[in-house]
Amino acid sequence: MNPNKKRLRRTMMFLNAQKPGLIKDPYIYAPDSLMLDLEDAVAENQKDAARFSLYHALKNIDYKGCERVVRINGLETPFWQEDIRCAVAGGCDAIRLPKTESAGDVKKVEDAVTAAEKEFSLPEGRVLIMAAIESARGVMRAMEICEASERLFGIALSGGDYTKDLHTHITGTGIELMGARQNMVIAARATGVQCFDTVYTDLDNMEGFRQDVETIHLMGFDGKSIVNPRQINIVHEIFTPSEKEIIFSEKVVREIDKKRAEGIGVFTVDGKMIDIAFYDGAKRTIDLAKASGVYKGDL
Amino acid sequence: MINAVGREIPEDILEMTGKEVFHGNNYFDGHVFQKAGAYTKCVINSHGSKVIGSIHEALVKCGIKDGMTLGFHHHFRDGDYIVNMVMEEVHKMGIKDITICASSLGKAHDPLVEYIEDGTITNIQSSGVRGKIGEAISNGKLKGLAIMRSHGGRVRAIETGEVHLDISFIGAPTCDDYGNCRGIGGKSNCGVLSYSMVDGDYADHVVAITDCLVPFPNFPAHISMTKVDYVVVVDEIGDPEKIATGAAKPTTDMRKLMMADYCTQFVVNTPYFKDGFSYQTGVGGASIASTISLSKIMKERGIRMRFGIGGLTKPMCDLLINDQVDALLDTQDFDLAAVESVKDLRHFRISAGQYASPFNKGAVVNKLDFVILATLEVDVNFNCNVVVGSDGVITGAQGGHPDTAAGAKCTIVITPLLQGRTPAVCTEVTTVTTPGESIDVVITDYGIAINPIRQDLIECMKDVDLPFKTIEELRDIAYSIAGKPQKVQFGDRVVGIIEGRDGTIMDVVRQIKPFEFSE
Repeated sequence: MNPNKKRLRRTMMFLNAQKPGLIKDPYIYAPDSLMLDLEDAVAENQKDAARFSLYHALKNIDYKGCERVVRINGLETPFWQEDIRCAVAGGCDAIRLPKTESAGDVKKVEDAVTAAEKEFSLPEGRVLIMAAIESARGVMRAMEICEASERLFGIALSGGDYTKDLHTHITGTGIELMGARQNMVIAARATGVQCFDTVYTDLDNMEGFRQDVETIHLMGFDGKSIVNPRQINIVHEIFTPSEKEIIFSEKVVREIDKKRAEGIGVFTVDGKMIDIAFYDGAKRTIDLAKASGVYKGDL
Repeated sequence: MINAVGREIPEDILEMTGKEVFHGNNYFDGHVFQKAGAYTKCVINSHGSKVIGSIHEALVKCGIKDGMTLGFHHHFRDGDYIVNMVMEEVHKMGIKDITICASSLGKAHDPLVEYIEDGTITNIQSSGVRGKIGEAISNGKLKGLAIMRSHGGRVRAIETGEVHLDISFIGAPTCDDYGNCRGIGGKSNCGVLSYSMVDGDYADHVVAITDCLVPFPNFPAHISMTKVDYVVVVDEIGDPEKIATGAAKPTTDMRKLMMADYCTQFVVNTPYFKDGFSYQTGVGGASIASTISLSKIMKERGIRMRFGIGGLTKPMCDLLINDQVDALLDTQDFDLAAVESVKDLRHFRISAGQYASPFNKGAVVNKLDFVILATLEVDVNFNCNVVVGSDGVITGAQGGHPDTAAGAKCTIVITPLLQGRTPAVCTEVTTVTTPGESIDVVITDYGIAINPIRQDLIECMKDVDLPFKTIEELRDIAYSIAGKPQKVQFGDRVVGIIEGRDGTIMDVVRQIKPFEFSE
């Protein structure tokens, strides 16, 4: 398996791939992933210019460990194949397919990525795929989309188009997104891939943004798409385990390991009843803390 | 001759100006001199009013003639009408060879170019120039030498007699018929008249120009009637919209916010951040944001500021409103909130001399703990350039940059690593305006460099989680992104000098020449 499939992706920051000023150094804000956009942010007659700028950015800029995901144009357009060739040649880490509605869509992208890797003599399987789900049909087929390709590391909800398809709109309350969020995160967990939430575009309402992130964190999402670097710290703060959580999880892991050897199944840690069912959750917290760079212990 | 910042100062310029090269910040410490003085015309038996009919009449009464030096202030910033009104009249009278000695000149003064070209104005002394005057000087149109000097440096030059002001014009938001001027009130409210105070004391003739004549006495006067010869009333002395604007909305640019956060973190981790500290900051987005974030930490830790100095803006005045600072010392107000704050009894007006002159018995900049500044360029020797643009054209002002940088215990310069596509951190600045010995820390969006001469600061930051780098590393990152910039191509003729605050020559500015490609 490509080791990058499970990497930390709390934040994915959208950037117009055509804007050199934006794509020259977004790593200074330290998002986990960058979403270099060839789709909606780029005018139809500027697609080639955007690809040119994207290719040279990917080739020449050291993004200091930030994952470089390229959002290609949809499969209904004449642009997506050339987008993939250019992004793969540049050395991107992943392709984001918009408007995914079926496993077949993912497979088409997979084939094009494989062909591009071959064409540019790159190791096969390096470039990953993520699928953005933007319609009711896509949401209902989330499970098959998640299982469509070995390259697929996750699915992402695109709230704007999805709510239009649902005959509603973004309200800021999250009510209109509830079903899709729940369905997608369950499908992702069931298939072992990651799940990412839609953007929050009201930059004047940082409190609303915080509440939105807290909600999706509790729902089980792995991260959120963002549109401005000011949103990064809030997401990272919410998605990074607190010191208290880390200490507790560390105790749980150590105690379960110890008690298991002693043949004890149920015991208490800091007054809370603990059994083996807590083990994976505690391990995940430690892993997330490690990936977030806040865990200095030896587990 | 090579000066202390490694700049070659041509012998003919030293000869022409009678100046020394820059020897270091403290070269004149302890220097003794006798102050110059002004002529004073005694008014014993007046008719009770100094109001006269026009600027023309004032010029005639003051004995305007070829070769005189005229003083102006820049409290009206880009809204100033005074300089243009006076110079239009001087021009009409056919007077030539005038030296303008202004605290600063800006884009509002573009019309002066015509008078530079026809020889009405042959010398300019200012904190800086922007717009078309800068272009004219850099293109060699000024007959004499432009002198760029700091706010403290202007007071020094006048008090030592290096410059003698024949007539100074004081744009006064309010004035009475006997010449008591105040920066407060009227249509062109600018808060304070700090830069003019030295003009009041040292100019042979002082003319107050106002668009708001108020009944006597206009007290407490910022410039006293005892120093004013004539009062002229005109329709408008400035454009209020451009004098003091509404407070700038705090920046939402993450790059600036990030640099502001680095700055605040640096400040709070120095030994100077303790109850009773002092602070000054500029008007840039990152500086203002750092004042806002610093005030939060002050509140959390229960730390009070003893005094803040300005160039003031709303966030500094908010510290006063929120009772986080004991006093504000004010030389200039940049927004309406600062102008309004002047009424507060803990908000003190100070003169430019009190603020920054190196040639008195101690200026308040010497008591500063922190100053947060911006720069156009800073080089690996920490020398800053705040006057000459990357195209070689004079396009900025020293202001109080060299004064506060020299005075403060911790001088922090904030700049994005790249200004557009030009590296702001470079091997050698185009022109040195503030010497590296004054600069302690450079904060960029890519990291922070501490001047190696400040081993104490390096030591106290060793466990602080900030992205520290050497200044050379910052330069290398900038060059790796934008490429190593080619040097600006200048001609031979020196068109201006950058004066150190003590009157020595920090650097020269040469005439620009069209770029010539070479492989």
